[in-house]
Amino acid sequence: MNDPRPEADARTRRTNHVVALLGMALVWILLWGTFSWANLLGGLAVAAFILVALPLPPVVFGGRLRPVALARFVAIFVRDLVVASVQVTWLAVRVGHTPHSAILAVRLRVDTDLNLTLTAEALSLVPGSLIVEVDRAAGVLYIHVLDIHDRAEAERFRLDVLALEARIVAAVGSPAEVARIRTERSGP
Amino acid sequence: MSAIDAAASVFLIAGATFSLAAGIALTRFPDVLSRMHAATKPQVLGMLLVLLGCALRFRSTVDITTLVLIGIFQLTTAPVAAHMVGRAAYRSGVYRADLLVADELADRRADR
Repeated sequence: MNDPRPEADARTRRTNHVVALLGMALVWILLWGTFSWANLLGGLAVAAFILVALPLPPVVFGGRLRPVALARFVAIFVRDLVVASVQVTWLAVRVGHTPHSAILAVRLRVDTDLNLTLTAEALSLVPGSLIVEVDRAAGVLYIHVLDIHDRAEAERFRLDVLALEARIVAAVGSPAEVARIRTERSGP
Repeated sequence: MSAIDAAASVFLIAGATFSLAAGIALTRFPDVLSRMHAATKPQVLGMLLVLLGCALRFRSTVDITTLVLIGIFQLTTAPVAAHMVGRAAYRSGVYRADLLVADELADRRADR
């Protein structure tokens, strides 16, 4: 019923292409800085060329945007970004302290490409965590974590990652994925 | 000096401070993997603050759209760059294993 990686059918692929086309045209217009019909047509032409010449594997987006959950994700993300930046700054100027770290494997509960990518991006942007390796088939992220000194800190970080994943799924995931997070929250 | 200009200078100085910290961390952290944190991270916040400061200073649509684009491209590409360098460093063994409390990636490789 809820196959984690359903094949994109023709209709969703077409929708994806239209979204990509309009998105790239928008970037083109922003690059020029002013809106004109010539810019719009030029942007569409460039976007169409890119889509034809450099095709990418289809991304399955089965979810929908939930504005409240998205705002919550962004707010907590900004807070994490600021807190972690200050921590890394402090770590850099602190004298006589060598930061230890750890490489942790975290298995995400929703192993779609989109969720893996979004979680990895959000993690990478926050200081202190870096994606070293991704096991796409198993849905596992291998994360290098800065300033970890014992097992307890490592386990706390693992829970943080799962909480981040839950916020992302709550913001953009499909109802089936949200349900999966909810049922597995108490699980492994 | 208006309040907006004052806010712009605060953002610019804060952004520059974070970028400076990234530079310091780059020289002080012990190995490639830790340095990647410094190279990509305080710099992300620093860069966003500098862009915000510039936007408050310029206040014209053309400039602001360009600044927004710079921000978006930085946020999407910095993690990819960090991942590629980190992955290459790990695979070629250029990291201080003695500083790792746990290495679950090595555990996985040992299982095979």
